[in-house]
Amino acid sequence: MSADRYSVFSLLREALRGQTGWKPAWRDAAPQSAYDIIIVGGGGHGLATAFYLASRYGAKKVAVVERGWIGGGNVGRNTTIIRSNYLLPGNVPFYEQSMQLWEGLEQDINYNAMVSQRGVLNLFHSDAQRNAYVRRGNSMRLQGIDAELLDQTAVRAMLPFLDYANARFPILGGLLQKRGGTARHDAVAWGYARAADRLGVDIIQNCEVTGITIEQGRAVGIDTTRGAIRAGKIGLACAGNSSRVAALAGLRLPIESHVLQAFVSEGLKPFIDGVITFGAGHFYISQSDKGGLVFGGDIDGYNSYASRGNMPVIEDVCESGMALMPRIGRVRMLRHWGGVMDMSMDGSPIIDRTPIDGLYLNAGWCYGGFKATPASGLCFAHLLARDEPHPVGTLLRLDRFARGAVVDEKGVGAQPNLH
Amino acid sequence: MRIPCVCCGDRGVDEFSYLGDATRHRPTDGGAVPTAAWSDYVYLRDNPAGPHKELWYHGSGCRSWLVVTRDTRTHAILGVALARDVALARDAS
Ligand SMILES: Cc1cc2nc3c(=O)[nH]c(=O)nc-3n(C[C@H](O)[C@H](O)[C@H](O)COP(=O)(O)OP(=O)(O)OC[C@H]3O[C@@H](n4cnc5c(N)ncnc54)[C@H](O)[C@@H]3O)c2cc1C
Ligand SMILES: [Zn+2]
Repeated sequence: MSADRYSVFSLLREALRGQTGWKPAWRDAAPQSAYDIIIVGGGGHGLATAFYLASRYGAKKVAVVERGWIGGGNVGRNTTIIRSNYLLPGNVPFYEQSMQLWEGLEQDINYNAMVSQRGVLNLFHSDAQRNAYVRRGNSMRLQGIDAELLDQTAVRAMLPFLDYANARFPILGGLLQKRGGTARHDAVAWGYARAADRLGVDIIQNCEVTGITIEQGRAVGIDTTRGAIRAGKIGLACAGNSSRVAALAGLRLPIESHVLQAFVSEGLKPFIDGVITFGAGHFYISQSDKGGLVFGGDIDGYNSYASRGNMPVIEDVCESGMALMPRIGRVRMLRHWGGVMDMSMDGSPIIDRTPIDGLYLNAGWCYGGFKATPASGLCFAHLLARDEPHPVGTLLRLDRFARGAVVDEKGVGAQPNLH
Repeated sequence: MRIPCVCCGDRGVDEFSYLGDATRHRPTDGGAVPTAAWSDYVYLRDNPAGPHKELWYHGSGCRSWLVVTRDTRTHAILGVALARDVALARDAS
């Protein structure tokens, strides 16, 4: 066991042996005929769920089934921002729990996920926006979360290269969460996969779920491209495809699938320390450790499973970027891509049992679910193990829509394309 | 993506606004009492991967509401009709 623990000694040993002693980070497990708990979806959330099930709830026979490869979904497609600067009661404790788990993650899973608390600064450009950020900051501080309101002078000192002379979108200040930042997205998937595997979880790749077996109203197994598997409990964590997988059990969800695009520029010398968001439009930017600018904006805004976007949003993102920092106008864009996400009807996630016994749902992460990965895994593991919601996830219920108890962080109602 | 508007012909998607699933039908009971039919209408979606009937408004063109059938996997447009005609045909049947 200790031989395959990553440490400074294992690094040194391998450096001296020409890197010949590394073993695969997780077993390529073949499906067994039955498990206590099966998680459908080997993204960050599914893998984190399996890890916490095994490490904190003592679950034994657990499998994660993934139709493609680990890290091929949104966990490997996002812009890596982590933060807990939310406003509403359902979200605030949940995302703060996640932030705290990020802070101890690398020790928990013995993996370098490059968690980097480089700060997240949300800029504001009008008095009304300033007031909204004062309120958000106060709501955070009341719950013990760090938040700092910066005036224009303070922002100028921090980021002298922004366009302060912009007549239409003057930068008046910003709300800073210093503990926010970024994490290496693929490493999060790989690290959770490896840690779960070491605790005995079977990670089964290239195994698409094609059916959900229901006997006497209870979900008892799945059909897959690698055969049928029986299960005591089944947890769905299929970001972007939740509606399709839930439909296998005859469920309709309060979710639409939309595409979000992301962009990376050529590598530049370091000049952006933290994450900056433009408050007058939807634009956010950070710089990766390799030097590329990583940025993005709005979703395309119509149902899509296409994993690629369209020009209007690309133009909009670039215009917002230029309004904020004209100097990036000469930088070449290296890559851009799209990811398919669940857009829930209030913009907040769902972690709950479904109306079918034995079938549980983790869905609706919209475009902000990467930062949620650790807490999502913890809460879903709690629900699967104990059949009751984790204390920080009690408001993220599936029936909140019918009850009128939505967690509508943006205040735009049941219009996913406006969230 | 381009949408062939019934009135204006083939136009860029940025001339249109999206209003979602065109197959939902607003319950006719006025909504004073919350019912399952209302929460279905407001919140639940089929969200298919494949052909999807959806409402688009041609705001920068003829200002018509259209029912566009689009494949959500490829963005291919499979059919376009005036929303008015679709509604009249539905009421007639
Ligand atoms: C471009 C982009 C930028 C983003 N930026 C950020 C950001 O900066 N910060 C942030 O917090 N969030 C961000 N997000 C959102 C975030 O990435 C997602 O909310 C989150 O990663 C979703 O959870 P996941 O990692 O488990 O999903 P995924 O990694 O998508 O995992 C779901 C898995 O389910 C599998 N699956 C689906 N159907 C089946 C089936 N039938 N059988 C078996 N397996 C199946 C899929 O193959 C997939 O691997 C961004 C998203 C995108 C697309
Ligand atoms: Zn037209």
